[in-house]
Order: sequence, then C-alpha cells, then structure tokens
Amino acid sequence: MSTGSAYNDDKGGSSSLGEPEYGHDPASGGIFSSDYKRHDDLKEMLDSNKDSLKLEAMKRIVAMIARGKNASDLFPAVVKNVACKNIEVKKLVYVYLVRYAEEQQDLALLSISTFQRGLKDPNQLIRASALRVLSSIRVTIIVPIMMLAIKEAASDMSPYVRKTAAHAIPKLYSLDPEQKDQLIEVIEKLLADKTTLVAGSVVMAFEEVCPERIDLIHKNYRKLCNLLIDVEEWGQVVIINMLTRYARTQFLNPNQNESLLGESAEKAFYGSDEEEGKEDKEEAAVLVKRKPYVMDPDHRLLLRNTKPLLQSRNAAVVMAVAQLYFHLAPKAEVGVIAKALVRLMRSHSEVQFVVLQNVATMSIKRRGMFEPYLKSFYIRSTDPTQIKVLKLEVLTNLANETNISTILREFQTYIKSMDKDFVAATIQAIGRCATNIGEVRDTCLNGLVQLLSNRDELVVAESVVVIKKLLQMQPAQHSDIIKHMAKLTDNIQVPMARASILWLIGEYCEHVPKIAPDVLRKMAKTFTNEEDIVKLQILNLAAKLYLTNLKQTKLLAQYVLNLAKYDQNYDIRDRARFIRQLIIPLDKGGILSKYAKKLFLALKPAPVLESPFKDRDHFQLGSLSHLLNAKAVGYQELPDWPEMAPDPSVRNVEVPEWTKCSSREKRKEKMEKPFYSDSEGESGPTESADSESEMASESESGSGSGSSNEESGSRSDSEDSNETGKEEKKTRKKVKKAVHESGDSEQSGDDEEEKKSQKKKKEHKPSSGSSSENEEESSTESSESESESESEESDADTKKKKKCPASKQVSKQPKPEKKEISLLDLDDFIPPASPQVTPVNNVVSNSLVTDLEGLSLTDSALSPTMISPNFGSVKMYNLLHRITGEGLSVEYCFSRQPFSPDPHMVAVQVQFSNNSETEVKNVRIEEMKLMSGMRIQSFPEIEVLAPGEAATVVMGIDFCDSTQAANFQLCTHTRSFFVSIQPPVGELMIPVFMSENEFKKEQGYLMGMNEISEKITLAEKSHIDYVVAQKVTSAANLSRVPCGSDKEFRFAAKTLSSGSLVLVTVITKEERTAQVTVNCEKMVIGTMLVKDILQAISH
Amino acid sequence: MINTMIHSLFLINSTADIFLEKHWKSVVSRSVCDYFFEAFSKASDPENVPPVIPTPHHYLISIFWEKTFFVAVIQNEVSPLFVIEFLHRVAETFQDYFGECSETSIKDNLVIVYELLEEMLDNGFPLATESNILKELIRPPTILRSVVNTITGSSNVGNMLPSGQLSSIPWRRAGVKYSNNEAYFDVIEEIDAIIDKSGSTVFAEIQGVIDACIKLTGMPDLTLSFMNPRLLDDVSFHPCVRFKRWESERVLSFIPPDGTFRLMSYHVSSQNLVAIPVYVKHNISFRESGASGRFDVTIGPKQTMGKTVEGIVVTVHLPKVVLNTDLTSTHGNYTFDPVTKILVWDIGKMNPQKLPNLKGTLSMQSGVPKPEENPSLNIQLRIQQLAISGLKVNRLDMYGEKYKPFKGVKYVTKAGKFQVRT
Repeated sequence: MSTGSAYNDDKGGSSSLGEPEYGHDPASGGIFSSDYKRHDDLKEMLDSNKDSLKLEAMKRIVAMIARGKNASDLFPAVVKNVACKNIEVKKLVYVYLVRYAEEQQDLALLSISTFQRGLKDPNQLIRASALRVLSSIRVTIIVPIMMLAIKEAASDMSPYVRKTAAHAIPKLYSLDPEQKDQLIEVIEKLLADKTTLVAGSVVMAFEEVCPERIDLIHKNYRKLCNLLIDVEEWGQVVIINMLTRYARTQFLNPNQNESLLGESAEKAFYGSDEEEGKEDKEEAAVLVKRKPYVMDPDHRLLLRNTKPLLQSRNAAVVMAVAQLYFHLAPKAEVGVIAKALVRLMRSHSEVQFVVLQNVATMSIKRRGMFEPYLKSFYIRSTDPTQIKVLKLEVLTNLANETNISTILREFQTYIKSMDKDFVAATIQAIGRCATNIGEVRDTCLNGLVQLLSNRDELVVAESVVVIKKLLQMQPAQHSDIIKHMAKLTDNIQVPMARASILWLIGEYCEHVPKIAPDVLRKMAKTFTNEEDIVKLQILNLAAKLYLTNLKQTKLLAQYVLNLAKYDQNYDIRDRARFIRQLIIPLDKGGILSKYAKKLFLALKPAPVLESPFKDRDHFQLGSLSHLLNAKAVGYQELPDWPEMAPDPSVRNVEVPEWTKCSSREKRKEKMEKPFYSDSEGESGPTESADSESEMASESESGSGSGSSNEESGSRSDSEDSNETGKEEKKTRKKVKKAVHESGDSEQSGDDEEEKKSQKKKKEHKPSSGSSSENEEESSTESSESESESESEESDADTKKKKKCPASKQVSKQPKPEKKEISLLDLDDFIPPASPQVTPVNNVVSNSLVTDLEGLSLTDSALSPTMISPNFGSVKMYNLLHRITGEGLSVEYCFSRQPFSPDPHMVAVQVQFSNNSETEVKNVRIEEMKLMSGMRIQSFPEIEVLAPGEAATVVMGIDFCDSTQAANFQLCTHTRSFFVSIQPPVGELMIPVFMSENEFKKEQGYLMGMNEISEKITLAEKSHIDYVVAQKVTSAANLSRVPCGSDKEFRFAAKTLSSGSLVLVTVITKEERTAQVTVNCEKMVIGTMLVKDILQAISH
Repeated sequence: MINTMIHSLFLINSTADIFLEKHWKSVVSRSVCDYFFEAFSKASDPENVPPVIPTPHHYLISIFWEKTFFVAVIQNEVSPLFVIEFLHRVAETFQDYFGECSETSIKDNLVIVYELLEEMLDNGFPLATESNILKELIRPPTILRSVVNTITGSSNVGNMLPSGQLSSIPWRRAGVKYSNNEAYFDVIEEIDAIIDKSGSTVFAEIQGVIDACIKLTGMPDLTLSFMNPRLLDDVSFHPCVRFKRWESERVLSFIPPDGTFRLMSYHVSSQNLVAIPVYVKHNISFRESGASGRFDVTIGPKQTMGKTVEGIVVTVHLPKVVLNTDLTSTHGNYTFDPVTKILVWDIGKMNPQKLPNLKGTLSMQSGVPKPEENPSLNIQLRIQQLAISGLKVNRLDMYGEKYKPFKGVKYVTKAGKFQVRT
C-alpha cells in the first residue's frame, strides 16, 4: 500500500537527519561542540526538584528543536519528566516526545503508562491532550493501545475529547493501515455525532481513511448539511469538499439536458423540459425525449445551506462553496459565486493567485458570470507579475464583441509596461483576442505590426510569433506585413522570432517572390552561427524555395543542405538528409519526390490559440491538482454525474427508526440545537437512543395535552441548568415560554387533528397502504411523480416491516436507558406543533432555525411545485390557426422556466408545425407593436420547416407586469401574420421560496389596499388539501410555502418585471368554504389573480 | 489516500535562512526548502515567488508576510487556499501575541511560538485558531508576567479547557469583566481606483470594513443597524454575525468576541458613482538626448465633501534608467532611493489654497534608450470623519446585559489601491 512506502520514506528522511542538517546553518557549527557541555547542565536542570529549573531547561531544549538542532541525546532525561505536575513543563515534554519518539522507540515506551493514566483524568483537557500525544508518537508497538484509546475516546462525554479522537484516527491509520476496518467503525460512530465540534474533524478522518465509503455519508448527509453553518471554518472546507464529491455520485446533473443536446444548449434546455406537458406527441420527436429534470430535494438542501457561507471571512470556505456551486448547481444559479470570488481578490496576493487561477478556469466555461466584474481584473503596475499574467488570462477569456474595444485599450497601456514578461503575455493575449473575435483581427494585427518597431527585442520577438499565427489564418491579404517582417531578420536575434519569420517567408514565398530568395541568401551566410530551431527553419525555407523557385535558389539550397550535412546536431543532419532525398532525388528519383511539393507546401491549418486553462475544470476546482494542472498525490477524482440517480431514499431509510418520522428528525435537530452549545453533547453518543425513545413517546402520547405541558416545563428547566450565562438562550426561552402559555392547548389540539386527518388519509388511500403518518410524505406521494412512486413502493415495504418493531420499541427501548436521558426525551417530545414555535426563534437564531425550516420545505412543498407545472398545467394556446396560416400552425405555452437571457422576461415556448405541402422558410418575428416598456426577445430565425415537420422555440417577453397582449408580426418567406400573445396573470410571476415566517412578515407589509380576498364554496370537502395546492399552482406560477397547519396553504411568487412579491393564502374554513387572499403591491395583479385562483379551485 | 494536511512548517527570512521549523508528523528534511530557495532566487521580488511549488515528493505552499516566508510542506492533495488562509492566520496570531510578526519577535519567543503552533494544528489539521481560545490556553507574554513567572515558577499555560472551545460561540470567552464597558466601531472605507493619463476614471470602487473594539462585560448581544444598508453590495462577516438576520432585516446582530476584531467587510454597490477626492496634474517626460527628464506633479482637491485630506503620500516607481532626482516640493518632503528607484513624496495635510507641487529634473543614465512608459503614481490619503460611500451607522442596541455601555463610531476614508497612470 502506498501509505506503507510513504511512511518508510518519511522515516528514512528523518533518520538521515541530524548531522547533515548542520550544513545549512553555518552558525550552529561553532556552537556544536559546546552543545555537548551545555547538554550536561540541561540534564542536571531536568533532574532537579525545582519546576522552574525544569521549565527553563525544557524551554531551551524546545528552542533547540525549533532551530532544527539535534537534541535527541537528552531523551532519557526528558522522558522522566513526563509525569511532572507543572503543566507547562508537561506540555513541553510532550512537544519533545512527539518530535523524538520515533527515533527512540524503546525509551518512548516508558512514557506510555503516563498517558494511559491521563486518558482517565477527570479534566477533559488532560484526557484530550493525553490522547493527542499518545496518537502522535509514531511507535508501531503501541498500535493496539492507541486503537483502544481512540475507541474509548470516541464515546467520551466531552465533545472535545471526541474531536481529538477523530483527529487521532488518521494518525493511527498512517502508522498501521491494517487497522482500517476497525477505524472505519469508529468513523461511522463519530459521523453520527451531532456536535458541530466533531463534525469537521470526523469528516477529515473519513476523507483520509475511507473516502471511498460514500455509503457512510448517506444517513448523515442531511445532518451535515444542516450543521454546516455552525461548524468551525476549517471543518466547513473539508465537509463542503466531501459533499461535493458525494453529490456528484448521488444526484443527477442539473444541466443534463443542456449537455446532452450539445451546441444549441439554451434552446434545447427549454425545449426538452416542456416536452412532457404536450398533448401532441408527434411533435415531441423533434427534440430528444427525456424525463424532465427534477432536482432532488437533498441536492437543493446542499446548495441552499452552503450559499450563506459565500459570506465567510475565510477565503478557503468561500472557495469551497464556489467550487461546489460550479460543479453542482444548475447553470442559472452559478452566477452567485462571482461576486464572492471577486471579493477575494482584495485579499493577500497568495489568495489572489489561487483565486485567479480558479476564476480563469471558470471564466472559460461561464463567461457571462464574470463579465460584470471585468474592471476588477484590470491590472495595476504594482501587482506582482504572476498576478498580472493571471488577470490578463481572465481578461482575455472575458473578451467578446461588446467589450473588446475597452479591453484592447487597457492592453495598450499594458504593452508599455516596464515588466517585460508581462508585456510578452499581453501580446499573446492580444493574439488570442484576435483569433477569437474576427471583428478586431485587423486592428490587432496592425497594433502588433507597430510593435515590431519596438525597442525591446523581447517585445518584438513575441509579436513576431503571434503575428505568424495570425497571418496563417489569412495570409493572402498581408504580404506587406510579411515583407516588413522579412526586413526584421537583420535585427532580431531572438531565435524563436527568427524561426517564425523564416517559416512565414517559406510558407508564403509565393506572396513575396522577390524577397524570399534574398532572405535565404543572408541566412546561408549566417547558417553556422544560428540556433538549432533557426537552422531547421532555414532548411525548410531552402526546400520550399527550391520547389517553387528552382532557378534562383538551386545553388543556395544545395549549399545550405551541405552545411547542414555536417552540423553538430543530429536533428539537423537528419532533416537535411530527409529534405535532400525528397527534393533532389538521386538517379531514378524516389517515388516520394513527385509529391515533394505537396508535402512541403500543403495548406496547413491555422493554429488554435487557446487558453492554458481550457479543460482544466476536469480537476475539482480549488484543489491543488487544479492549480498545478497535474494530479497531486491523493487527489480524489471528481466523479461524473450518474446516468440514473441512485435511490434517494438511502438518506432517510438507512436508519430504520427514522423512516417514518423524517419530519420529526428535523424537528429534533431543531430542538437539540441549543444543546450543542452548552450541554456539551451528551446527546452525541446517546443519539440513537434519543430517536428511538422519541419515537416511542410520540406514538404513546397521541393526544395527552397534559403531558405536553409538562414537557415544555421541563424543557425550559433543562435549559436553565445548562445555562452558561448565554444571553441568547435567555431571550429565546422567555419568548418560548410565552408561546407555550398561549399556544400549548392549541398545539395539542392541532396534534390531535393532525392525527385524525392522517387517519382519514389512510382510509382514503388504501392502495398505497403505507399508513403514511406524516403529512409531508403523503403529499409527496400524491404528487404523482414517476420517480417518487418507485421509491414509494419500497417505502411501503419497509414500513410494513417496521410496523411491528416500532410498536415493540414503545415498550422496550426506554427501559435500558439511564434516567438522565429521559430529560432529553421530553425535550424531543415537544411535538408536531413545533413549526409554530419557530417564529420565536427568529429573534435570536443564528440562522439555523430558518435553515431547518427550509428543510421541511424541500421535503414537502418543493416537489409539488416543481413537478406540477411540468406535468399537469401546461396549457397550449393558439397563436396562428392552420387555416389562417395557410398550413402553418403555431401554438404557444408558458413553460415557466426562467428565461435566462433576461430574467425579467416570461419564457414563451412557441411551437410551429407545417401542415402544408411546401416548405416554410425563414420563420421570424418582425414589427413588434408593443406597449411602452414591453420588450420581446425573439427566437433565432427558423430557416426551413419541411412539410409535416414541427419546431419548438423559446422566446422571451417582458410584459411589464401587465396582462396586455404583446402584438407582433410573424413572418415567413412568403407571408406575414399579425399575432398576439396575451398572458394569464398567473404567468407573470416566478416562484419564490420562503419560510412561513418570512411569508408572514412580508404579508404584514402588504396589508390594507394591497390585500384582496374572496370566499368560495368548495365542491367536496375531502379534496381540500393537495388538490387545492395543485390547482393553485397550475393557475399561477407560485411556489408553496411550507406550513404547519393543513387548513392553510400559502404560496409565494414575485412578478417578473418589477419583482414585487405576490403572496397567496388559501384558508379552508369549516366544511366547504375557503378563503383566498392575495397580498400584492400591484393591486391589479392581485385582483386578477384572486379571480383566476377562484376559478381554478372551483373547477 | 490523503495524509496530513500540513506536514511541516519552515519560517524563512528574506535572506533565505530557515530560522524555525516545526513538524507535525515525521520530520521532513530541511533540504526540501532548496526548491523554495531556487524559486526565490529566480524571482525578481519576494512577492513574485510562486505560492505553490511542486517538488518530487512534496508540495510547498508559502506566504510572504512582512519579510518572512511561511513555508508549509504538504504531501498530498489539499485545497491550497486552506493552507494559505491558515498560514495567514498563524501570522496574524503571532502579530496579535508579540505586537509584530517578524524574525526577531519570533526568535525572542520561540517557546511560545512552538506552543501556539502545537495548539493551532493537530496532525496537520487546524485545531484552535480563534485568538480568544488560544489566549486562554497560552497567555501572551508581558514583561510583568515573565518577571512574576521567573520568581514564582508559575506558567503561561492554562490547564483548563477554554470555555470557548466547547460553546457554539467559540470566539467569546466566558466570564469577561470590565469596569468601563465600551464598544467602538471604526468604519474604514478604501477607494480603489485607476485613473488614466487624461484624468478620467478607468475603474473605481469602494471597499469598506468595520473594525470593532468591544470591551463589554458578560454576554452582550449587540445589534448594529445602518441608515442606508442598501449601499452595501457584497459583504463578508466575522462568524459571530447572524447571517439570516442580515438577509431579512439588514442589521448586524452578533455576540461579539472580546477585544478587537473585524466585524465585517463590504463592497459598495458599483452603481453608485465613486467620489474621487483628489486630482493629479502631472507632467513627466524623459528626453531622448541629454539624459535627463522632467518631473512635475501637482495634487489638488476634487470631491472631498468639505473635509480636509490628510496623510497624502505619493509613491512612484521610477524607471531603472533614472539615476537621481533633483526636485523641489512646495509641501512636505520627498525621498528617492537610487537602489530601488522608489520616489516617496510625503505631503501630509492638503492646503486647498496652495496646492502641493513637486517639480524638477531627473538625471538618467546616458546612452540608454528612454523608457517607453511613464511611471504610475500610487497615492495614499486619509479623510477623517467621512465614509466616502455615505454609509452611516444608525444605532447600536445591546441586549442581554443590564449596564449602559459607552458607544462610539468613527469614520475614515483612505485611498486603497489608488493608481494614477501618467
């Protein structure tokens, strides 16, 4: 195994240390002899009884170590003091021990018993540091002792000790890889730990020991996502990097449609998504038929929970999130990272260096992302050269038709810089801009030609090389430039430039028939003194001229070939021999010589000037390998997206106890959060017990309102006892108490009601049979998604199995637990009503609570909103009838996809089908007669539509938040038609995800005039739940806001043009009536929306 | 398979001597630094040493901090920024402990440095980097304490686990007590700009930070709000700031660390026009013959919002061919270092009635072609009591403690990377 050898290498390195090292430090040579004497007095001091003397001695020894001097002969004297009472002496002894134990294994063993004692110390700091030192002593004999210590520490009460245990795991692993299996067990255990302190360290251990065991992450995935924001910064980096890899194996590519359909990415992206909703199946054949992409809620969870970390002060964290977004987020969302990355450019130059490398790679793939920040990459004369060159790279990547003139103006300033390496890089950058952007090619070329008269040879040489590449693209027009360059051969000495000129003249000798032979003449003169690359080009030139201009150059060419024949360099001799055979065949003439002209003067493809950062993104961004553009040792390949998503249920099913109560699990984490901080996580090791007993109490209690009162009491008690004087807690508690007083009875009532309704559902859906106890699950089930239904079956199976064990647990589980744990149980028990508790936390929460709310959102509300529009609700409208259109029929629908070229526009998917006998050509939009403010982004012209064929395109219309129709002319090659698109009010918005709290808060701002509400009588009372939700989301492009009650439905969206919030509340009252309320700043929209929703619900 | 993140650390001074080494795993021979020295000798300037250097068996990741290189030895794949950021944190900690992070201060405190490194990194992975936690573990040196320690034999090392280490707010220690409770905030804004030859602004933006010095008893929970939070475009926070509150209400809500820290950094929305406080009139030219050049620079106030501009310093990197200068200034002093070719003109406070001017001739090497580019001028300045973006703190509220703290906000605007191309 590689560790073994790596380890041995290390050892080899260290044992050979000592003496030779002194060579580096001349000063130490002199003191060396006296060191021995001084060591004697150090030994004396260490043997004394006085701590102060010992300390002094240890300090001097440590200083020696720090300076890299050998102090190994003091080992016996030092190791005696390992049990010293003085903490500082002890620490310094530890430092010494860790440094030299490997070299003096036998003596080191003497100290082991002290550490073993330390492991049992009541002081957690001492336990932890004993474990740290014990695991840092690289002595193979003590591996079993280390193993035991780690296992014990992994279940220690103190999270700090558990963290230390996590740190010890890789140490032991590198010492003895045989222990892997046992260590994985410990890792598995620690991964289940719920304290933020441990999370980062254990993931680090995981990455080092068993990064391939991705299965260990499944059941901890959501927890890690949710804890992330409270983990210390270094842990965050490790976790984010690991989760990036995890997500790549578990979720589907959010940009899959785009990447599969290749070039016409954007069009296809929309097209294929909307496919499903159409009635007309035939037309689907036009585009690749795929299942619509629906993001896994867990994928979304990861993206959402990492996003706030872009605001971290730690550059490594920001970079980690940025690479996560780059590798995992849908194309439309990646943009958020640009701002944060640009911010990092203000940091130290080393940080800038790394960030710029990554920006350079990203800017190739996603140019639009950094375009707004173009000016942030402008170069200052004080930047270090390596930074300048990287900025230049980014600027070149960002160049396009619109900004090229500004960029070239900047480049002009750079060319005059005193930093010549930088000037050379600028010239290359100009060359790349010229190749990429045709419009400026001539301008660039002229600029470069001017540089040929620059005084600095390096600049001229670089220009020649770049000009050569540019000329190759269109040589005919530039014979004067070639002539100009031919003159340069007299002055330019840089070999690369000379070689380039000669190549150019040879290649295009027909354009400069008079000059070329003369150049060869001059070159023949200096041949012997030229560099090798120049000689090779002289040979080339000679050969080409011999073929095209035999009369003038025959003798010259032969002369040159003869010179080359006796050259020192065998490459040149070879080349000469080769050329001679080809062009001046002996005797009968080789067959090849007929083709000599073709061989030498074949048309050569123009070189592609491309960024050195191209394709670097196959390395995980932010990694060392990416930076070096070479695989570093231990680099974990970033896996490709799977074709089919692995079973998403692994993340909730793995732990059987949790299957039924995924929502409770979340709730529980929410509850436990306060404990991370103070009650130093007894919750950690006992965590599985928690969940079980929680289950138990849950099913036991059912409806006892009395008991829930009790709980809340004891809960705040336990908080009291845990107080370490943290203010945050106090306020939270106060408010909570208030809520409990008012809300307790209500909560238990809700509780009952929830149960009842769940029972009802059970009756309603005997087919699914799975007795879905929580509401969320049932709503996902009913959302009719294909993918879900598969997992549903398996869910149902497992649930059936679980049923009996679950009820057994009720009686069994609580008993074996100790009493103190019952306290925790009660905490967890609080309940189904907890969503109502959360508003309170808003005052104090460190962001976690809202995050957790978000979690419930992903599970329940997200899936219906994301799925339903794609399935049920896409309604086709007629734009042009077959008869009026003379065979061309046009339909459109609102695809509800974001229109990426302009976020303010509504994406309208237009479908053309040609029902006539003839081809329809040049289908396009013209003469838009729009209301003021309205804008249309037309689709690219459809060139030909064959008879019987159909095509689908996407266009964007900014309706300015009004339902006024957009009128325009639809033209074909023969005719034009006046058509208009009028949007239903519900299509003028895009969904907004928000929590219940945010919703209520926003609603508070939109009262009075901005609130419109209407009542309605429903047809059937049993269908008020998800069906209503579906109807509403099909009537308008809204997203559901998660909410605790099943009588209220909330939806949120914002209008596309102005971004005003649209908040919809549907409350079912009594039996059959419901009230629809819309809060929106735009009253017209509100009024119309209410009508539309009423209509949708009542149908 | 990954091993340790940071294997070893070498501190190297600007004359390429290793003056400290620390290994967290098996010892890596000093000779690994030869690769670094090679890159160092190639680089024209210490800043140009590549931060990441691959060697056959290791990777070297380094930072340059006030004339000292911190070189970390890495054996395996790691996020380079992770190491760079950590090394900066180490340097900042030294600075915090010893007042400066230099070769001398490190050599003088070798033992504390070693103890710190031991706590900051375990097996190459960061353990405790919060200065509040570290200060409980290892007390910073003071003269008084070192005297007391020598007499009594007591130590600098704490024997209890710092409370912060276990809490969810690791940045604050428990049991803080002050007799005067004070909370001061410094709003510091920097103008980054590139001004072109003709005086028009090529690029300008405002970056700001809010540094806090908080000496409050107990566990105060502070809320800082702004009059115009919309100005802030991009922000990054100290971990103590509750991000969700910022998202929803645009207020900074936090339980502060004890002492001084950077609360937030921000970038002002680029839609706002940036006021450029000074203008520069310049006329620098090199004559082809005669081996001399002219230098004439005047600075005047532009958009200063009625405040005085202070601390003006103009730095110019003159071309290599300039041998010496003969200049006279109406204000302040100037110095020219013929070795580094750096001209520094320290003007100080600007007097709008009589504009500061620096004028004279440059003597140049003869027989050498004149430089093509004129040097650019780097300008530093300071304007007190002004945040150039117009950002204003509205109020500071404290919850959770009974006493009334003394509060204060100070604004200052500086020039950041302010460059005038000539």
